[in-house]
Amino acid sequence: MKKDIILAGVGGQGILTIANVLGIAALDQGLYLKQAEVHGMSQRGGDVQSNLRISSEPIHSDLIAKGSADMIISMEPMEALRYLPFLSPDGRIISNSVPFVNIDNYPAEEAVAARFEKFGARALLINADEIARTCGSPRSANIVLLGAASPYLEIDTEIIKQALIAHFAPKGDKIVDANLEAYRAGANCSLLAD
Amino acid sequence: MKQRILLLGDEAFALGAINAGLSGAYAYPGTPSTEILEFVQQNPVAKERNIHSHWSSNEKTAVEEALGMSFCGKRAIAAMKHVGLNVAADPFVNSAMTGANGGLIVVAADDPSMHSSQNEQDSRFYGAFAMLPVLEPADQQEAYDMAAYGFELSEKSGLPVLLRLVTRLSHSRAVVEIDTEARPECEIHYPQKKKQWVLMPVNSKRRYPELIETYGNLAEVSAESPFNRLIDGPDKSIGIIASGIAYNYVMEAFGGKCPYPVLKIAQYPLPDRLIAALAAECSSIMVVEEGQPVIEQHLRGLHTPAKAIIGKLSGNLPRTGELNVDSVRAAFGIESQAGDSVPELVVPRPPALCQGCGHRDVYHALNNALSNYPSPKVFGDIGCYTLGYLAPFSAIDTVVDMGASITMAKGAADAGQHPSVAIIGDSTFTHSGMTGLLDAINEDSPITVIISDNLTTGMTGGQDSQGTGKLREICLGLGADPDHVHTIDSLPKNVGQMEELFRREIDHKGLSVIISVRECIQTARRHVKTK
Repeated sequence: MKKDIILAGVGGQGILTIANVLGIAALDQGLYLKQAEVHGMSQRGGDVQSNLRISSEPIHSDLIAKGSADMIISMEPMEALRYLPFLSPDGRIISNSVPFVNIDNYPAEEAVAARFEKFGARALLINADEIARTCGSPRSANIVLLGAASPYLEIDTEIIKQALIAHFAPKGDKIVDANLEAYRAGANCSLLAD
Repeated sequence: MKQRILLLGDEAFALGAINAGLSGAYAYPGTPSTEILEFVQQNPVAKERNIHSHWSSNEKTAVEEALGMSFCGKRAIAAMKHVGLNVAADPFVNSAMTGANGGLIVVAADDPSMHSSQNEQDSRFYGAFAMLPVLEPADQQEAYDMAAYGFELSEKSGLPVLLRLVTRLSHSRAVVEIDTEARPECEIHYPQKKKQWVLMPVNSKRRYPELIETYGNLAEVSAESPFNRLIDGPDKSIGIIASGIAYNYVMEAFGGKCPYPVLKIAQYPLPDRLIAALAAECSSIMVVEEGQPVIEQHLRGLHTPAKAIIGKLSGNLPRTGELNVDSVRAAFGIESQAGDSVPELVVPRPPALCQGCGHRDVYHALNNALSNYPSPKVFGDIGCYTLGYLAPFSAIDTVVDMGASITMAKGAADAGQHPSVAIIGDSTFTHSGMTGLLDAINEDSPITVIISDNLTTGMTGGQDSQGTGKLREICLGLGADPDHVHTIDSLPKNVGQMEELFRREIDHKGLSVIISVRECIQTARRHVKTK
């Protein structure tokens, strides 16, 4: 088993939470993991990404090679496109459809969405913000996307749920439940799409 | 007992140090090194043992404090980003002369690709320059293991050890096998060789040849190091020397099965014996190293080498930026898989000051205040407010190093520049701004110093700032004229008032300090949450 995943978004959108939860899950399942992230200047509203590599075999490089990512999980549609050079020919894109506009020259929303069409069923765009709101947890769009990615991760979904509980436990039961709900709602999106 | 947990490279080293009997951690925040001290601060064993983990004012004070602890026979670390080692260069280089008593590891985290830095300097040069051993872990496990190993090496050789990290190791998480118990701390015991701790010429002249001899012997220690090893391969057309994290890229490039012999390097001075063994059986040498071509230069020397040396200087690997699997593959002529290109509509998303950040209002007011002068110059500094260089503010003319805003503004004023404005953050001010301010006060230089005080070290994630609540007293204590030291809240409603104050003090024919205060929005949010 090997999953190379690029997590993308804008500083502050919560991609590192996805990485943390998957990290706990991978460790529980006895898998190897490397996860490179970016701190410092770019976290201030700039584009951020994390390279997450999970494998049943030891992993050498902390970074993913071009054309070899199994998945791009993105909190923002334009940010998903930024990492296309890393996506493998049969890789998947799971992205939030809601643009994060903090720059003047953000491209037209429809033009961004159109760029996903050529990927057909390999790209899944969902309004993760709205789904998170429906689950009563507007800040859990990242967990909605994690749920949407879960059927393709080859990690036991119960183990991911346990990891979610472990990650959010310090914040109380209410937050844990809201995030479990967001995770389920995200997973449903993928099941419906298939 | 062993246990497997997920750790960043920074955290792995920090935990390794605690488990190896650390007594004091010293640091100034700087990406990508910050998480080392942060880890010590929240570690239960460190808390229970009261291991020192307070932030230092700057990297120089950090290394000196750690050296003081080493003098007393206890194990200490000093952590910083690569440019921080420039600030600490004086105690660092001279600590080779004093030597170490308790194990002392100085950590420098380099930032190839300049993710959050102003240059790509390679700290390994400092090791050779000071004649100190350098450890360069390839992965998080080695970062953990090298803490205990580094302390022992330091105590055995009687020298401080430099541990070099890079961004992709510092800020990458992996499964690390750790000890579940921490070794006891060392008891206080003083150096046996007392004289070399007093670096007067009479002592230094005696010590220096000894240091040269010790350093010379360390090459053989490197050859015996468990972290340096020669791995055989069937194809002798190329012998690979791969150091630190670059070793991983080489392994990845060949899917874990490299056909060429590989000399993995993680400890310096370079193990000449192993390099000679590799060179003897291979018809060319390829050097793969993260950062500047330290090993490659060492091999090349002045004369044309007997064998082809392939690397960054030969143009086969990129001279700038960090390595990756693709650039290493290209050097071996292996084609990378081509993904899609980035669609043209994807535009850069540069970082920006947060909404609700006081630096914004300071720049707003400053730009207004300066709009009536024909040629104002604003000397910037290192921190979040460096982002004032970018649109929409475009407010800064220079950024060089910690503290340079005040001193460059003074130099410019000496040259006849007016208005000459310095803008510096609170933490940067106490790091390296105070001494420059004293220069300006002593000459009553006609400059306007704005200390944009957000009560924290913001850029690195909100660490305690050493001057919080004391900035006005510091300026007055240095001798600034109380009539020209002002404090104002940098709130949107005060922009007009700030603008007027800036203009008035710019027109003052002497030194002024304006401390504009507003808590960092990021730390303010966290404080609300913890309440």
